Amino acid sequence: MIKKIKITSHNQTFYEKVKTISGEDIAVCDRCGVCTGSCPLTIEMEISPSNIMKMVQLGQEDVMDYNSMWVCSTCNYCTARCPRGLDVSKVTEALRQIRLRTSFDKIQIDKIPKEELKDLPQIALVGAFRRLTS
Amino acid sequence: MKIPYYPGCTLKSTAKHFEDSAIESAKKIGIEFVELPRWNCCGVVAPLATDDIMRHVAPVRNMIRVLEMNRDGLVKDEKRLLTLCSMCYSTLKRSNLRVNELIDDLDVLNDFMYKEEMNYDGSVKIVHFLEVLKEMGFDKVKDKVVKSLENLNVAAYYGCKLLRPKEIGIDNSEVPIIFEDFISAISANPVDWHNKSKCCGSFLTVDNKEVVVDLGYDILTDAQKSGADIIVTSCPLCAYNLDNRQKNIKEKYPEFKEIPVVYFTQLMALAFGFPKEITGFDGNYINSVKLFKSKNIKV
Repeated sequence: MIKKIKITSHNQTFYEKVKTISGEDIAVCDRCGVCTGSCPLTIEMEISPSNIMKMVQLGQEDVMDYNSMWVCSTCNYCTARCPRGLDVSKVTEALRQIRLRTSFDKIQIDKIPKEELKDLPQIALVGAFRRLTS
Repeated sequence: MKIPYYPGCTLKSTAKHFEDSAIESAKKIGIEFVELPRWNCCGVVAPLATDDIMRHVAPVRNMIRVLEMNRDGLVKDEKRLLTLCSMCYSTLKRSNLRVNELIDDLDVLNDFMYKEEMNYDGSVKIVHFLEVLKEMGFDKVKDKVVKSLENLNVAAYYGCKLLRPKEIGIDNSEVPIIFEDFISAISANPVDWHNKSKCCGSFLTVDNKEVVVDLGYDILTDAQKSGADIIVTSCPLCAYNLDNRQKNIKEKYPEFKEIPVVYFTQLMALAFGFPKEITGFDGNYINSVKLFKSKNIKV
């Protein structure tokens, strides 16, 4: 399916924002796919890590409409293997931050079943709430 | 040798058996862990955004404590900070790396913590217990083994945080060997397997259990196919996802056979001849005692 993309100044703003927060030189990504091939969570993602990079390069803000940035566990396989030395996990973090900084919380404590809450170690809870809430 | 020690939150609760077995085993080879006075949570996950300086306060504050311990004579010229938990290791080390690379950030953090008695100068070195053992020489570990584990096939699970990103890894990120060397030193048999550094799903266990169940199934069945009797880890989050979540894995994959997942220090304490109060196998979810019995290893 062909999707037409119109690049406007808005795309440039979004691209610059992700670049600034992540600190990554996103433009140098060749989209070779090593990150996608290495990521153990690609199978759960609606768009792959290399497609996240492509959409950010084009300044497409709708990259945040997919589940991928929330599925990234920042395990750093992509980081260790990127031939361009990029850290895709910092890009997904930038995307999460842009969303979270609108007072958005991906998880709410009262939505977690009580028996799960009792069972989960604090390392899991602190980690999840740090990554997934504002 | 006295060394500053950072436990982190989980080692004082659900992973107490990790801490107990590590402290006692370390003593046996002449390492005394001196717990940081007034330590605070590291934050578990490393802050990744360039403009998120605030979340480096917690890790860096712990490093000030190390300087204070040296000042107060609790340790002598020992700027290494020892960690057991892989998440703490990673988070503390990454913050330390950042303030050493970006001196302006260090100034901001020191300014923020102006009520502290000392400024942080970037001089602390974050180390993992496995690194300290390697540096001392695994022979020293081998010398203290009184109970042979030679029939035990052990899969070392590195997970993510001990190896990646490369700048903070305790070994080569693709072909690590340090954990296997440790297993050989305690007289057990390390198995080679594919998924030793695959992600267990980490904190996703809170809101995306399904993903963690699938990853865990892949990791655990790979270890079993490679001949492992038991898996060792150094991360309480991996331990939860691979050990406790086996009940959820079994629900989804009924043919799945359980496999014990324990902390590496528990096997160390076992090999060193410590009693069950120290090895703490009761603290793991999947029972490992049956396995030890079948291998003629007295627990």
